[in-house]
Amino acid sequence: MKIKPKIGVVSCSGECCGLGTLSRVATRMVLEDLRYDQTVTICLPLFLAGETQEHGFAKEYPTIAVDGCNKHCAYKAITKYSKEPAAGFDVEALLKEWGVEEPKTRRVLDAENVEVAKRIAELLAEKVDEIQEAS
Amino acid sequence: MSLRKSKGDTVKKPILILPCSGIGKSFGSIARDATFRVCDELRPGKADTLCLSLLVMGDKEARNKVASSKCIVIDGCPLACSKNNVVRSEGNVVAEFRVMDLLRENRGLKPKEVTFLDEDGEKLAKILADKLAEKVDELVEESP
Repeated sequence: MKIKPKIGVVSCSGECCGLGTLSRVATRMVLEDLRYDQTVTICLPLFLAGETQEHGFAKEYPTIAVDGCNKHCAYKAITKYSKEPAAGFDVEALLKEWGVEEPKTRRVLDAENVEVAKRIAELLAEKVDEIQEAS
Repeated sequence: MSLRKSKGDTVKKPILILPCSGIGKSFGSIARDATFRVCDELRPGKADTLCLSLLVMGDKEARNKVASSKCIVIDGCPLACSKNNVVRSEGNVVAEFRVMDLLRENRGLKPKEVTFLDEDGEKLAKILADKLAEKVDELVEESP
């Protein structure tokens, strides 16, 4: 039986706006619920501040970067310190594509925002399956 | 520490609060929630935050901001990612808070949830936010 690799899902968790909160919540939904057994994560600041062990994360696990905005901190960080992620999601671009407004507050997501987070999480979960299949 | 707003009128530069936003346990969520409570609800205009990841990626604007502002760091775990990253970015760290200390002071509270804080997590975030707001007032008061 072929053992499928776990997939690293790394969120930017940006503090500047609600997009960072969406990226974080969607990532947690995948880790906690949608693909509990198939995914792992690392705090992005730890990855950035870390050394060999932390930077080895993306070498060990195929990784999905989940960025809140077009600065793509998570994607760039993983590429710079480890290796290019297997996939990247830009929450700001997704919201534009779907014609959805970004959250009005960054602390608490309202019911509509939570639905958007679920929609993003489902895309992430699909990507997890896809990467595992290809591995 | 003060900026000129218009002739004869000055406005004090906001105190920067930088939480670790750790994603593995509830402690990072508590740090993050408390930060937003202070910046958006308790002390808007007096306190501000910025993306820690952007800072660590070397963004010039973010680096200038932490170097020229008074920074409060909040860490969820002993790895102290916020403090270490702000110090490495030559930020001006004037105060630090640790969620672990808060847990020791409030042993009855046992937060578990990460995605959306549970009742105990919310309580701790409120306690931390009040402490932060107090520290912000103190630092603003000290500023010329």
